[in-house]
Amino acid sequence: MSVRVGKTEAAPDFPILAKTALGNEQLRRNVHHATDVIRNKRALRVEEMPDWQALRDAASAIKAHTLRHLDHYLVEFEKNCTAAGGTVHWARDADEANAIAISLVWELSGLEENAEVIKVKTMTSDEIQLNVALEKAGITPIETDLADMIVQMGEDEPSHIVVPALHKNRFEVRDLFRAKMGLPEMTEDPEVLTNAARIYLRDRFLKVNVGLSGANFAVAESGAVCVVESEGNGRMCVTLPDALITLIGIEKIIPRFSDLEVFLQLLPRSATGERMNPYNSLWTGVTMGDGPRAFHVILLDNGRTKLLADEMERETLACIRCGACLNACPVYRETGGHAYGSIYSGPIGAILSPQLQSLEHSRSLPYASTLCGACYEVCPVKIDIPEILIHLRGRVVAEDQKTLGGKLSAESAAMHGAAAAFQSQARYEAAQRLARMGQVLFKRGDQLKHLPGMAREWTRFRDLRPIPAHSFRDWWKQRAKSGTGKGAQP
Amino acid sequence: MDGEPALRISLFVACYNDTLFPQTGVAVTEVLERLGHTVEFPLAQTCCGQMHYNTGYQAEAIPLVRRFVKMFADAEAVCVPSASCVAMMREHYELIAKNENDAALLEEVRSLLPRIFEFSELLVNRLGVEDVGAAFPHSVTYHPSCHSLRMLHVGDGPLKLLRAVRGLDLVELPKQEQCCGFGGTFSVKNADVSAAMLAEKDACVLATGAEVVTALDNSCLMQIYGGLHRAGSTVRTLHLAEILAAREAVQ
Repeated sequence: MSVRVGKTEAAPDFPILAKTALGNEQLRRNVHHATDVIRNKRALRVEEMPDWQALRDAASAIKAHTLRHLDHYLVEFEKNCTAAGGTVHWARDADEANAIAISLVWELSGLEENAEVIKVKTMTSDEIQLNVALEKAGITPIETDLADMIVQMGEDEPSHIVVPALHKNRFEVRDLFRAKMGLPEMTEDPEVLTNAARIYLRDRFLKVNVGLSGANFAVAESGAVCVVESEGNGRMCVTLPDALITLIGIEKIIPRFSDLEVFLQLLPRSATGERMNPYNSLWTGVTMGDGPRAFHVILLDNGRTKLLADEMERETLACIRCGACLNACPVYRETGGHAYGSIYSGPIGAILSPQLQSLEHSRSLPYASTLCGACYEVCPVKIDIPEILIHLRGRVVAEDQKTLGGKLSAESAAMHGAAAAFQSQARYEAAQRLARMGQVLFKRGDQLKHLPGMAREWTRFRDLRPIPAHSFRDWWKQRAKSGTGKGAQP
Repeated sequence: MDGEPALRISLFVACYNDTLFPQTGVAVTEVLERLGHTVEFPLAQTCCGQMHYNTGYQAEAIPLVRRFVKMFADAEAVCVPSASCVAMMREHYELIAKNENDAALLEEVRSLLPRIFEFSELLVNRLGVEDVGAAFPHSVTYHPSCHSLRMLHVGDGPLKLLRAVRGLDLVELPKQEQCCGFGGTFSVKNADVSAAMLAEKDACVLATGAEVVTALDNSCLMQIYGGLHRAGSTVRTLHLAEILAAREAVQ
C-alpha cells in the first residue's frame, strides 16, 4: 500500500513555491479580496449565534467519539448502506480506489470505450488524482461544480478547499470561457458567466449516465450520505444519472442522523458565511423510480488509519473541510493555495498532507505558519492546528537528527548551541558577550546589516538594532552593587 | 495608584529582552517599584524554552522548562514582559510534564502557573491597577500580538493602561488582529512570506499616523521596527512597559 496525496511527483518546498506566488500580484489581490469577503461574512454569521461555542464543543465531542470508535461506525455504515440497496467498496489507497472507480464506470455506463462521468464535490478525488487515472483508462471526467469546472478547463489546480478557483477573478474566468467555449463576445458580468456555464453543463447532465460525487457526511445508523452545496449542480449530479458512485474518506462518518443538526449549523456559516447551504442533498441507498438505480460507495483510507493511533494526530481527521482556517490564515492570505504543493492547502493542509504521507514530500509544511492561532480560533470542530504543527515539527526534527546532514545543519548546530548556553548562567552570559563582540563585523551605522547564517534571511528584508552594550542583567548587577536601587542605564 | 498590598514580584525578563531589549526590563522594574512592590531578578534565569519547543527541538526544551520551574517555584508572583513566553508556559508546560511522565514536575507546573503573569495581566488582573502614574505626550497605536490576543486573551487590559497615561493619544490600528509575520524561526525559514505579512502590518501602522507603535512582545516589535526602519520610517517601537515607565512633561 502506498499513500499519496495529489500529484505523484514531489512538489518543491513551501518557501520556494511561496516565493513564486508572492511574485504574482494579481493572484495576491484575488486572494486578499476573496478571503476578506468570506471572512467578514463568516464573522457576521457566527456573531449572531448565541450558542456558537457550545456547537463547536458538541461537534468536537461527536468527532472525537466517532474517531475513537471508527471501526464500529464504518461497519455499521456498510451494513445499513447495503441494506438500503447500495454497494460498499473498501479502498486502502489511491491506486485501489481509482481501480474500483474505473471498473465501476465501465460496468455502470455499459460502454466499452469513450465513457464519460459527471463529477461533483469531491476533493478526495483530487487527493487520489482520480481524473488522471480515469483519462488514462479512456474515461472523460467532467467537473460540474462551477469552480471545479473552471479549474479543469484551465488545466489548473484547486487553490482552496471550498472555493477551488479562488485565485481567479471574473476577468480571468471570462478570458478562459472565451477561449475554451468559443464565445468571443462573452463579458465578465457574473450573470453572463454563470449562464454560459449553465448551458454548457446542462447538456452534460442530461446526456451522461454515470455520476461521481464526494460526501460531506455519511450517517452510520442509516447508511445515508449528505452533500451540501450552493449551486444545485451537485443535486443534478446525484439525482439525474442512472448510476452514482460516491467517494468517501473514512473520517466523514458520523454516528447518527441527528448529529447533522450540529454540523449543518457549523459548516455553512464557517465555509461561506451562509446560515444554511442552498442545497442539502441526503440520500439513502437506492429508491426505485427516484434517482439513480445503482449506488456505489468507495470508502477510502489512504493513510487515515495511521493517524488514529496518536491521540493528537487523530484530531486532524475531525476536519469537515469548511476552509475557515484558510480564510483566516495570514500566511495563506499572502501565498494562496498552490504554494502548499498539495491538494490540501492552508493550515489544515499543512497538518493533513504531511501526516497522510508520513512526512514524505511535505516536510516544509509544518513550518508554513507563524503559530498565530487564527486557524484554531475559527475552526468549527476545534482542531488545535498550532499544537499539531508543533508536534509535526518535532517529528521532522527527530527524523532529521537521524541523518548526518540533518545533524550537521546550521539550524541544528544553532539550536543545540543555544540549548547548551541556556542550561548554565555562565555559558549564557558568555554567549551574550560573544554575540555582542561578533556583531561589530556587521554594524553599519546604528543598524546591523547582511548578517550571516540563518540571520541572513532576517537582514534581507529587515533592519535590526545592534545588541546594546549592556544587558538587563548587567544593569541589575550594577544596581545591586551600587546599592542605590538605581543602576547604570543599559 | 492604589491597589493590592505590596508584593514580592519575581521578574522573568525573557532571554531576548535581557540581551536585545534591556530597557524593557528596566521599565518593568521602575513601574512595579513605583507602585510600591519589591522586584527580584534571579540571575540564573535564561530562557523559557519556547524557541526550541516551537521549532521542533522539543527534547532540548525540556531541561529549560525544568530549570524555569525550579527557579520560580517559591515566587509570590512572576512577571513576564513577553506574552509569547507566557503562552509557552500556559499552553505547553503541563503537556511537557505529562509527556515526560514526571508527576512531581507536573505538580510543580500546576502550582506555579497561576502565579505567572504577563506584565499587563499583572497590573490589571493581579494588582488591580490601570493608572500607573505615567505621562507620555505622544500618539501611540497598539498592536495586539497574536499570543497575547488569542492565547492569553488579555482583552482590553493594555488599552486601559494606555488610556490612563497622561498626554497619550491612542490611535486604533487597522486590521490589528492580523499577525505581523514574525513567528519566531518562521521569520527566517519563510523570510519572503514573513516580509509580505510585515509589509501589510507596517502599512497599517503608517496609516494611523502614530509616532509610536507598542505591544506586549518585543519580538513582534522587532519585526515591525525592522520593516519600518528599512523603509525609512521614523515611527518608534516601544514595549508597553516603557510607555508606562515614562514620566515626560505634559502641557
